[in-house]
Amino acid sequence: MDLARVVGTVVSTVKDSQLEGLKLLLIRPVDPEGEFTGPAMIGLDAVGAGSGETVFYVTGKEASFAFLPDHVPADVSVVAIVDAVHESTDLRGKRRVK
Amino acid sequence: MFLARVAGTVVATRKDERLQGMKLLLVVPITPDGEDEAGYHVAVDTVHAGNRETVICVRGSSARMAEGIGDCPVDTAIIGIVDHADLDEA
Repeated sequence: MDLARVVGTVVSTVKDSQLEGLKLLLIRPVDPEGEFTGPAMIGLDAVGAGSGETVFYVTGKEASFAFLPDHVPADVSVVAIVDAVHESTDLRGKRRVK
Repeated sequence: MFLARVAGTVVATRKDERLQGMKLLLVVPITPDGEDEAGYHVAVDTVHAGNRETVICVRGSSARMAEGIGDCPVDTAIIGIVDHADLDEA
């Protein structure tokens, strides 16, 4: 799972019937400081996340598990809204190098 | 999932028999602003997308959860046609 920020939404009328009623979010991966680390992707919202919020998401087939018992064709799902991230120092007492 | 633009069709006569009858499209990943990104994918179309339409693609084993794919050897599927993608104000 990785951190991301919600940067927008995607609206689709014609779609897989399993996606009916679900919210499609544009999310961009961020580091613990909130800096963008990669391009935007579409995540299926499982927790009611909104614009500008920091979230974490799960990728791969496990993304569809967020919607069980429905079998949803999702490979990126937003599964939590992040309240805070506390990055600790490593064993050598130094900050992790990016 | 990723945004993509339908860039063409793929025709294959000799293929896995479970792919019979499936529409194969060539898609180019795009940014939310509509700019093309690098690369192409061959995707199975499950929503009757047309040329140049913006679509939602799903990758990996999740693609097999799209309608009508089941146990077929597919790792990229088109599962939605995009009306609009809205980026928040920076």
